[in-house]
Amino acid sequence: MIIENFAEGKSLLHTTDPRIKICLCVPYIFVIALSNSLYTAAAAVLIALSLIIISGLRLGNVLKSIRVFFWFILLLWVVLPFSIPGDQIIRLGPLRASSQGVLKALAISLKSTAIVFFIIAFLGTTKVFSLVHAMSHFHMPKKLLYLTFLSYRYIHVIYMEYVKLRDAMRIRGFRPKTNIHTYKSIGYLIGMLLIRSYERSERIYNAMLCRGFHGRFYLFEHFAVTGRDMVFLSIMAATLMGIGWMEWITKIM
Amino acid sequence: MDNKDHVIKLDDVWFSYSRERPVLSATNLVLHRGERAALLGSNGSGKSTLFHIIMGLIKPEKGKVTILGKERQQGRDFFEVRQKVGLLFQDSDDQLFCPTVAEDIAFGPLNLGKSREEARDIVKKTLEVLGLEGFDERITYKLSEGEKRLVALGTVLAMEPEVLLLDEPTTGLDKEHTRRFFDIIKSSARSYIIITHDPDLIEQSTTKQFAIKDGRVYKR
Repeated sequence: MIIENFAEGKSLLHTTDPRIKICLCVPYIFVIALSNSLYTAAAAVLIALSLIIISGLRLGNVLKSIRVFFWFILLLWVVLPFSIPGDQIIRLGPLRASSQGVLKALAISLKSTAIVFFIIAFLGTTKVFSLVHAMSHFHMPKKLLYLTFLSYRYIHVIYMEYVKLRDAMRIRGFRPKTNIHTYKSIGYLIGMLLIRSYERSERIYNAMLCRGFHGRFYLFEHFAVTGRDMVFLSIMAATLMGIGWMEWITKIM
Repeated sequence: MDNKDHVIKLDDVWFSYSRERPVLSATNLVLHRGERAALLGSNGSGKSTLFHIIMGLIKPEKGKVTILGKERQQGRDFFEVRQKVGLLFQDSDDQLFCPTVAEDIAFGPLNLGKSREEARDIVKKTLEVLGLEGFDERITYKLSEGEKRLVALGTVLAMEPEVLLLDEPTTGLDKEHTRRFFDIIKSSARSYIIITHDPDLIEQSTTKQFAIKDGRVYKR
């Protein structure tokens, strides 16, 4: 499945209790997002990077999976240096790039890269279902959780149905063009998917009723926090405090 | 016939999805304890509908549904039916909705109020019966078609049903999985009705045949 590319593995990060990972991920994101110092941002990138290396994920694959994100960063570099007023460093025709703008773009790039890396290291290494389970321990609204959980389970099935229908169209010579026939056929395809999904949802509900479902899900798997998890939590919390402290002293300086 | 002897009894059951075309009209059917029956009939003749009426998923317009010696009328009456009659759906993806095999098998027992430890034992036992030891943590949608069908059967067997209703259980299965499937069925259920088009299966695994035609069930 597309979303779980990084969730398989046996590393420290993969096997840490998902609740601990969520507990770490959220404050990390806040601290980094609210920091102003370039040093803090750079340190955060390094820490996130080392987490990804510890988790045994191939850096190449990670970068490939977030390439869309880098396009946004690139956009920042194109726009920010020329739009923030300040000391001029480069002049391109009528455009003047300011050092303040470059620094701003650099800060945003570093901060957002660090956040994305942290999310991959903490949450990407967790299976979607474990995340949903962990969320239920944090008393998230049940309905929202079931919605997430069932959508995720059936996205794959619906996607396979889409592939089947699309192939059925292809083997009868369908090639998308810009004409009414194409729009109509694609419309039929989407309509058919909607109807099938609806009917499937009814069958699933019936199957659940047949197994005694009465509106409540019971959690079968339970997480257990191990001593190693606590050590990891303490180290990461200390690191986070370190980042916070860095932000503090660079501000005073 | 003694009242206790039949597990499923339908008397004069009527059902239609639209006014023009009744699916079941004046249908009668009796399954006795220990009987292994096949339900035959052309596509769209109402075989699955019949199963859904037995499980209380749809309500007949008219007629009497007696299951395990009690007449069942309302939704509430069917809670017990769903525990003691196991329905295996045609498409295993409809039945397996939990992330892991273990959780899916435990879903029914947990709904019946079993504790987590009891559920864990049931999962273990069921996987042994299926010959799928070590499948606990496997992701359900990543299983092969044959494995999916066996696990779906497992989720039904975990409820320890007295009767099984199997809706074309071997469609799309290879010979090996079909054989395994029926070895399991024969060793774990005493009574069942199976919808199938496979003549070998009817020959080997059933003692009685029903045919459904024009909304009525005939004994063959």
